[in-house]
Amino acid sequence: MARQEKISKNLDWITVLLFIVSVGVGWANIYAAIYNPENPLWIGDAGFFDTNAGKQLIWIGTTVLLIIAILVVDYRFYETTAFFIYGFFIFMLLSVFVIGAEIKGSHSWIRMGGFQIQPAEFAKMATALALAKYISTPLVNLSRFKDQFNVALIILVPPVLILLSKETGVALVFSSFLILLYREGLPGIYPASFLSIILLFVLSLIYPSWQIFIGLAILASLIIWILPRYERKTRNILLVVGIAFTMGLFVTGVDWAINNVLQEHQRNRIKVLIDPDFDRKKTGYNVRQAKIAIGSGGLLGKGYLQGTQTKFDFVPEQSTDFIFCTVGEEEGFMGSLVVVGLFLGLLLRVIYLAERQKSRFARVYGYGVVSILFFHFMVNVGMTIGLMPVIGIPLPFFSYGGSSLWSFSILLFIFLKIDAHRSQVLSRW
Amino acid sequence: MEEIRKRFIQGFFILIALIYVGRLFYLQVIDETYKLDAENNAVRKLIQVPFRGLVYDRNKKLIVSNTVVYDLYVTPKKARVADTLRFCEMFGITRTEFDSLTHLAKVYSPVRPSLMLRQLSRQDYARVQDAMVDYPGFDFQVSALRTYDSKAMANALGYVGEISPERLLKQEETGEDYYRQGDYVGVTGLERQYEEQLRGERGIKYMMVNSRGVEKGAYKNGEFDKEPIAGKNLITSIDINLQAYADSLMQHKVGSVVAIEPSTGEVLAMVSAPTYDPSLLSGRTYSKYFQQLNLNPMHPLLNRPPSAYYRPGSTFKIIQALVALQMGVISPGTGFSHAGSPINCSHSHPVASDVQKAIQYSCNPYFYQTYKRIIYNNNERNVFKKSAFGLQKWDEMVAKFGIGQSLEIDLPNEKKGKLPDVPYYDKMYKGELRWKFSNIASNSIGEGEIIVNPLKMANVAAIIANRGWYIRPHLVKGIGKVGQIDDKYKEKISVGIDRRHFETVIGGMVAAVNNGTVSGDGRMSDIQMCGKTGTSQNRHGENHSIFIAFAPRENPKIAIAVFVENAGSGGAHAAPIASLCIEKYIKGRVDRKAIETKWMNKGYPLNIIRTTPKTDNAKNATAQKDSAVKKVDEELFLTSSQTLPLMGADKPNAVKIPMKPKK
Repeated sequence: MARQEKISKNLDWITVLLFIVSVGVGWANIYAAIYNPENPLWIGDAGFFDTNAGKQLIWIGTTVLLIIAILVVDYRFYETTAFFIYGFFIFMLLSVFVIGAEIKGSHSWIRMGGFQIQPAEFAKMATALALAKYISTPLVNLSRFKDQFNVALIILVPPVLILLSKETGVALVFSSFLILLYREGLPGIYPASFLSIILLFVLSLIYPSWQIFIGLAILASLIIWILPRYERKTRNILLVVGIAFTMGLFVTGVDWAINNVLQEHQRNRIKVLIDPDFDRKKTGYNVRQAKIAIGSGGLLGKGYLQGTQTKFDFVPEQSTDFIFCTVGEEEGFMGSLVVVGLFLGLLLRVIYLAERQKSRFARVYGYGVVSILFFHFMVNVGMTIGLMPVIGIPLPFFSYGGSSLWSFSILLFIFLKIDAHRSQVLSRW
Repeated sequence: MEEIRKRFIQGFFILIALIYVGRLFYLQVIDETYKLDAENNAVRKLIQVPFRGLVYDRNKKLIVSNTVVYDLYVTPKKARVADTLRFCEMFGITRTEFDSLTHLAKVYSPVRPSLMLRQLSRQDYARVQDAMVDYPGFDFQVSALRTYDSKAMANALGYVGEISPERLLKQEETGEDYYRQGDYVGVTGLERQYEEQLRGERGIKYMMVNSRGVEKGAYKNGEFDKEPIAGKNLITSIDINLQAYADSLMQHKVGSVVAIEPSTGEVLAMVSAPTYDPSLLSGRTYSKYFQQLNLNPMHPLLNRPPSAYYRPGSTFKIIQALVALQMGVISPGTGFSHAGSPINCSHSHPVASDVQKAIQYSCNPYFYQTYKRIIYNNNERNVFKKSAFGLQKWDEMVAKFGIGQSLEIDLPNEKKGKLPDVPYYDKMYKGELRWKFSNIASNSIGEGEIIVNPLKMANVAAIIANRGWYIRPHLVKGIGKVGQIDDKYKEKISVGIDRRHFETVIGGMVAAVNNGTVSGDGRMSDIQMCGKTGTSQNRHGENHSIFIAFAPRENPKIAIAVFVENAGSGGAHAAPIASLCIEKYIKGRVDRKAIETKWMNKGYPLNIIRTTPKTDNAKNATAQKDSAVKKVDEELFLTSSQTLPLMGADKPNAVKIPMKPKK
C-alpha cells in the first residue's frame, strides 16, 4: 500500500495528463473517421465493437491494464533485463519469418488468438532499453570507435530484420536514435552528415546532377577562398575537395539508387513529394486527398463529425496513418495547432524529465522515448501536409491500432516508472 | 557541452513544429483551393427537372399536357442479367444495343446509375415491372413526356426535344448556363417561343457522396437546396374546335388556314398542311420520325402560315384600291375599261365602272390603270424619276399593312416577305433610273415582286374587318395564373387609310362573294362573308388558290386567309374552305354538309418541287415574263424549300449518358 502511494505521488502527472488527452482526442478522431451519418453507432449499439472506434476502445482498456502492470513491477527490472528484453524481441522478429501472418503485403505480424501483434512496434522500445543499458555502462564513450560500432550494431540489427519483413516505415524509425546518441556525446559530425545526406538526397531529386556538381564546385572554391591564410594548407584544401567530390559521388549514387534499388511504389512516393501533381490517380491520390481534407478545414474546421473528406473515404487509411486529416478537417487550423502543441509539449516535457535523471540509464532511455515519439510525429504529420514522403507509420496515441498504442504506452510508462523512482537512485554518473 | 546539445535538440523540435504550423496555416487558412476541391469531391449537384407548363386553348380546353413515363437506369456494379436474351426481348432492344448501353454505363461509372432507356410508357412499365425482380441493379425513374392531345396544330405548337449542340454552343456564347447536354427544350413553335415561361425553374439538390460516388444524405441538411418550380401554363387564343375543323378541311391538300379575331388580333386557328403527329417527335420515336418528316417533299415540318412564301395574287388588289382611294388618284366611282392595258383578264366580265365592280370581278386592267395612277401621281417630269418617286410613296402606304414587315407574332421563324422598293429595282436593273412603271406593272395585281405569307394576308383581312387598324396577331393570351402578355399585343396599329374607303372596298368584297369571283360553294345564306379571291402564280406547277375574308360584315368576328397550293383559282377552291371555317366558328356547326364533305375529300395532284424549274409556264398569260419575274420565282422556290425549321442534327436519344456535373 505504501508503495502505491509513493507511485502516485512521484509519478509525473503532467506527462500522464498529456498522454490521456492525446489518447482521448485520438479516439474521438477515430470515431469521427468511421462515423457514418446514415448509421451512427454508439457504445452499446450492435456492431459498434466491430468498428475501429469500438476496437480501439478495447485497446485503450487493455492499455490501462498494461500501464498498471508496468507501474507495479520494480523499477530496477527494466535496467536489469534490458538486454534480455532486447534479445527476446530480436527472437520475435526472427520468428516472424517462420510463424508470421501476412497482412497488407507485409510479413511482420504474429497472430495470437483473435488479434495480431506486430513485434516490430515493440522492438523500438526494446532497442531504446538496450541502448540505454549499453551507454550507461561505465567508461563507454561515444567518441570512441569501438563504442560507436557496438551502438551501431544494437541499433541496426532490428531494422535490418524489419526491412526483411517488408516494413520499411518502422525500420526508418530507428534512424531517430541519432538524436539520443548526439545527446550522449556522439560527435556532431554524424548527425551533421546525416542531415546533409538527406539534404543532398532531396536536392538530387529536384535538380539535375550537373547543376549540383557545379554548385558543389563553387561551394568548395568559396570555402577554400574564405579560409584564413594560415589554414590554407594542402591537407585542408584536399579535405574540402575530397568532401565535395564524395558529395558528387553520392548524388550520382542517389540517381542510380532511385532507379535501380527502390521499388516502383517507393520511388513514386518520393516523386510525389517533389511534384504534388505527379500521378494524381494512384500514388499522388493519398497525398492530394490528405491535403484537400486538411486544407478544407479552414481556420476553425467543419465541426466535429461534420467532415466530408475523411468520413466518405476520400482519405485512405483515415483512422490509422492519416488520422491527422480528421483533426485538420473537422477542427481546422486551431485543432491542428492544439495537436502540434500537444506533441511539442510532450516531447519537451520528456526531455525535461530525462535531464533531471540521476542515473545515466534513465536519461538515455528518456531520450530514446523522445527520439521515437519525435520521429513518428514528424513523419506522420509531415506526410499528411505534403512535407514528407508517404511512410506508413502511425501518429503516437492517435492512430488506430493495438500494437502501436500498446508499444507507445509501454515505451512512455516504463520511463515514467523509472522517473518516479529517480530519488532512490544513488549513483550519479 | 551537454547543455548546448540539449538546447540544439529542443530547438530542432521547436523548429520542426513551427514549420508544420506555418505549413498548416498556409494550407488551411491562406490557400482556398482545397475548400473547392473538397466540395467537388464530396458534394454532388442533382438537378430536378420541373414539370413543363400546360397549354390550353381559348376555351380552357387542354391541348398539351405531360404524361408520366419511366426512364430505366442501370448501376453496372449491382446489375445482374441472368438472361440477356429475355431482357432484350422485354425492352425491345437488340443484343448489340444492350452491350453498347451497358458498356457506356460502365465507362461512366460502375457505381452510379446511368440512364439506359428513355421514356417507357406506363403500359411498358407495367408489363416489365414484375420481371424486374430478376434483374437487380436496374431502376426506374419517373419523368415526363410531352403529350399533344390534338394532332391539329403540330406546327404552331412545335415540339420538345433534346437540346441541339448548336443551341448549347449559342448558349455558351451568350454566357448563360441554364441548359446542359441532354436537356429537353422547345425546338419549334410555341414550345420554343415561350420556352422560358414553360420550362419553369429547375430545382437543385446537393447530396453528399463518398469516394465511390454513393450518396450519403443531404448536404448541410438541404440548406442550399432549391425546390423545382413547375412551368407556367399557356392560355392560347386558339379555338381548338375550329383548328381541328380547319385541319380536317385541309387534309389531302397542301397549304394554310389562318383565322384571326379582328378586334383582338388573337389567332383563332393556324393550320399548316400537311401536318404530322407532334407526339411522335417528343419521345423515343423522335429520331425515327424526324428523319421521315424532314425528307418528306411536302415539307410537313415547315410552319407555312408565318414562314412560307407566296405571291398575294388578286387579294392584293384590295390594298391597291385602298391606297389609290386614300391618295385620291381614283374616286369610288372611277371606272376603267380593258383598253390600253398590257395585262388582261383571263375571264370575261361586265365593265368595271367603279371600284366595287373592279373588286367584284377582280379586273386586272382596272388595277393596272390604278397602279399606274398611283406611281405617276407626282410632279417629276422624268419618267424614271417619276416611277422611283411614286414607288417610294406607294411603298410607305403598303408597308403599313404589314407587307414586307414582320408582324412580330409570337412564333419563331416568322418571315417578313417582300415589298420591293427603289433600291431593290435599282439593283435588279443594275443602276438608278433604269426602270419605270412598265417594268413593275405586275405588282398592280399582286404578282411581280411582292411576297407575302398566309399570316400576313389574314392580318390584311383583319385590317379590313376593323376598317383601318389591327392588333399584332398573337397566339398566347395569358401566361400562368396572373401572367400578362406583352404590351405590343394590345396596341392598336392604324394603317393610315380613311374608314370610308374601307366601306367602299367592303362593298366590293360582298359583291365578289355574292355575285363575283367566288363560286357557289363559298356562299352562305345566313352569314354575310366579305372576301377577295386570289390566284397566286408560280412557276412550279398549278397556281396557288388564295382567299381572304372576314365575317359578318358588321362587327366582324373572324378574319381568315386560306392558301391552297397548286389548287387553281382562289374563288373556286380556297373560298369554300374559308366559308366552311367561318360558318363553323360563328354558328358552332356547319349546316352545309354536302359542301363540307366535298371539300374535305377534295385533293390536288401533289406538286413536288422540282430542282429544275419548269420552262413552260403557259398559264401565266398576263405576267411579264422578264428576267425579274424569273428571279423572284427562283427566290420563291429557294425560300419555300429552305425555310425548314432550324433543328439540330438527329441523334439517337436512347443512348444517353448523363453528364458529369460541371466543375
